[in-house]
Amino acid sequence: MKPKEAVPITAINDFVIKFANVNGSGSASANELFAKAVMRMGVPVSPRNIFPSNIQGMPTWYEARICEKGYHGRRGGVDMMVAMNPQTWDSDLAEIEPGGYLLYDSTRPMSPEKFRADVQTLAVPLTELANAAYSDPRQRQLFKNIIYVGALSVLLDVDVEVFDTLFAEQYQGRGKERLLESNRQALQLGRDYVSQHLQAPLPIRVRRSDNVGDQIFTDGNSAAALGLVYGGATVAAWYPITPSSSIPEAFQKYCAKYRVDANTGRCNYAIVQAEDELASIGMVVGAGWNGARSFTATSGPGISLMTEFIGLAYFAEIPVTIINVQRGGPSTGMPTRTQQSDLLACAYASHGDTKHVMLFPQDPHECFEHAAAALDLADRLQTPIFVMSDLDIGMNQRLCKPFVWDDARKYDTGKVMTAEELEAGKDFGRYKDVDDDGIPWRTLPGSHPSKGAYFTRGTTKDSYARYSERGPDYIYNMERLVKKFQTAATLVPPPKIRNAALATRLGVIYFGSTTPAMREALDVLEAEGIYLDGMRLQAYPFPQSVRDFIAAHDRVFVVEQNRDAQMRTLLIDELEVDSSRLVKVLHYDGTPITARFIAAAIRASLPVLRETV
Amino acid sequence: MTYLAKPKLHHPTLQTNKVGYTRRDYEGPVSTLCAGCGHDSISAAIIQACWELDIEPHRVAKLSGIGCSSKTPTYFLGASHGFNTVHGRMPSVLTGANLANRDLLYLGVSGDGDSASIGLGQFANAMRRGVNMAYIVENNGVYGLTKGQFSATADRGSKSKKGIINTDNPIDLVGIALQLGATYVARSFSGDKAQLVPLIKGALAHGGAAFIDVISPCVTFNNHSGSTKSYEHIRQNNEAVSVIDFYTPGHEITAEYSPGTVIDVEQHDGSTLRLRKLHEDYDPTDRYAAMSYMNAHAARGEVVTGLLYVDALPTDLHTSLNTSGHPLNSLGVEQLCPGAQALDKINAALR
Repeated sequence: MKPKEAVPITAINDFVIKFANVNGSGSASANELFAKAVMRMGVPVSPRNIFPSNIQGMPTWYEARICEKGYHGRRGGVDMMVAMNPQTWDSDLAEIEPGGYLLYDSTRPMSPEKFRADVQTLAVPLTELANAAYSDPRQRQLFKNIIYVGALSVLLDVDVEVFDTLFAEQYQGRGKERLLESNRQALQLGRDYVSQHLQAPLPIRVRRSDNVGDQIFTDGNSAAALGLVYGGATVAAWYPITPSSSIPEAFQKYCAKYRVDANTGRCNYAIVQAEDELASIGMVVGAGWNGARSFTATSGPGISLMTEFIGLAYFAEIPVTIINVQRGGPSTGMPTRTQQSDLLACAYASHGDTKHVMLFPQDPHECFEHAAAALDLADRLQTPIFVMSDLDIGMNQRLCKPFVWDDARKYDTGKVMTAEELEAGKDFGRYKDVDDDGIPWRTLPGSHPSKGAYFTRGTTKDSYARYSERGPDYIYNMERLVKKFQTAATLVPPPKIRNAALATRLGVIYFGSTTPAMREALDVLEAEGIYLDGMRLQAYPFPQSVRDFIAAHDRVFVVEQNRDAQMRTLLIDELEVDSSRLVKVLHYDGTPITARFIAAAIRASLPVLRETV
Repeated sequence: MTYLAKPKLHHPTLQTNKVGYTRRDYEGPVSTLCAGCGHDSISAAIIQACWELDIEPHRVAKLSGIGCSSKTPTYFLGASHGFNTVHGRMPSVLTGANLANRDLLYLGVSGDGDSASIGLGQFANAMRRGVNMAYIVENNGVYGLTKGQFSATADRGSKSKKGIINTDNPIDLVGIALQLGATYVARSFSGDKAQLVPLIKGALAHGGAAFIDVISPCVTFNNHSGSTKSYEHIRQNNEAVSVIDFYTPGHEITAEYSPGTVIDVEQHDGSTLRLRKLHEDYDPTDRYAAMSYMNAHAARGEVVTGLLYVDALPTDLHTSLNTSGHPLNSLGVEQLCPGAQALDKINAALR
């Protein structure tokens, strides 16, 4: 059945535009140019790359949500499609909301049944325009992308001046002036065509606003890398894996700029691309043991490979920082899709009784903060610290608060006994709890000629690091590690509470990349008269306030992006909460969770809850 | 013999080295290995080498994996920090430790199961990177702690104590080290202290990736007839290419041997390796000649020992990475943090 015509969608500064491209065609930078231009109009944008595990020729999408209110979560639905990929035409077309818009390359004629009556079609002969203007095949391809950005700028009423500024920033004074002019020209080709042939602007459009403020636009992986530079990481060992590889690569880039000694030209850092994840974590363990701040970045399959070493670092008490940019699991899973499904794998990584500290950044700003904090926490607690980012945060640019650093800040290197202290006769027991916080003192290799040397091992030992399989020695050590974990709960970033406008017995717990969608869902629900107090977790182990929050509510939704409600399991296990009070809201198809999904799930469960509460 | 504690008092007349330590200062607690284990002889050779080299014991970091050989760092250099890591993964931990502090000497001790079976990848990659270390494999072709299974260095056709014949081809770690760019490669025998001590000294002074494969018979599980890693078999089939002497800078080198059979190799730190060549056709500075020489002899069932290859001016991983001359673990916030002003600029570029 052919759909009837629909009323065109009318929206100012609040719509979703999706670009369907072929990967390897150079579309990414054009799409980013479009997003940045909207942002320069003072209107918040949150784009997402939806890409395959492939280099060239496969479908890839770029979905940009333009939202004056600044909701950065994925909204769901598409108001305008830029359909550049014939392979995915049918499904791309089907995705457009009734009354939406379709921009396509009309160079080759297409049969009328390929279109929808309820979608307004905007035909621009992109290939023809590019071929007429350029002779080089590569240029034709690249500038075709800029031409559609030009077309969009007129259709959506984005000022041409913002593009001029963006081109100038990118190309001027960098020996790339030639590119400046050719980009301008391509943009104008698109602008001129639309002005002459189509009605513009559309009922959906951008209008200058002032809602971006001093926010920055960056991705979580670059931000984490910068946080590691600021936090003082000197040794990085890694093995390439999507979606984490851009962390060490960005770390390398920042180090080359900020960490090369001006006098000697030598590097105040060392980066090794290891032969596998076992070696990368091994190098981090070795460097941490020897007193350097060290990290690795990986994703799910890498975590699986690292677990033996993570157990060693836990038991031998060695500072380790691991940035886990989560993707869809299990096994190879969905390498280019997002999930929060490594929580249990990281919390309890390795055999025997182990527990590990995890931090949950919500955006690039917190990727920076948490990465720097992880290095301090690792040294302070002498244990592995996981920064649990994910593909949605790590590989997409997001508007967020600018990075901040206090120049008075010193690194917390934890309890390292110096040669002077040893010389003065201070008692050194490597695994002795002298401060009643479960954290022992350590010495660094080579620090004193006759005092403080000890043997580090994964086997059991007494409090002076001597090999021991005696039950009491083992119990002392294991109980001390529990106490250390309790200390960790007082040191990690605390949860953030957002109280509802009215007192409520309903609560919701969420974390990480779910946050922007959750923020929006809470507003939507509140507008409907459904009030929930929110708690955003920033870390595991859970501080006392998490227990208090759950106790203060009859029902607490736990919203997360995995199948098995892993955070809920951690809450139940660690806080011994009655499981019936924690209600699962789970989204795990690999796409980022949406406010629509969360609101619908909570709405749907309310009649049931009203009967039981 | 583990129930006997070592006496703590040193004999007052024990000879001290240039840095004021006696040989006893390089020892550790009593070994818990089987009496007669070749590994204990290697520990004794390490102690002797470090004492003779005037190394301050605490400036050595000793690392190992898992297995009988990997237990031995407990039994020497008691004043050094040690790290008994996980099975087959010592090379990566040593690499990381070395990156953190380039000023210490790194001694890696491993076994044939640890380095050739489970840890072959890490062994190969550490050699490939040129990590500055002395890497000693105590090679007995057998898993001792789990009671006598073959390791990947066991020769094809050799017989286990239980009478099982090994049908897999052996891995030759020396061949791999040569191929992958190790800059000091030697093979020795735990029963030949005169050869082993100078080889270890040369490795410790080398300044690059130094590897010594030491055939070390397992008296409990691999010292019977039919074994190709027994004392008897190695003594009969040992083909030494060279005998080396090691001289530290300032040490007078006397010409004891006739020219033509002696090569002096001066190392980066000024120390000298004097090779008394037993075979005129052997050139220890030619990596490819060393490989073919070794392979030709292996085909005849001979175990070639001695310093097989040395690059007197090696580079290491720090050279490749152009790292600071100061240990990375000594750098503070002043050297490492770009500061708030730089961050403001970064923020501005992201708007």
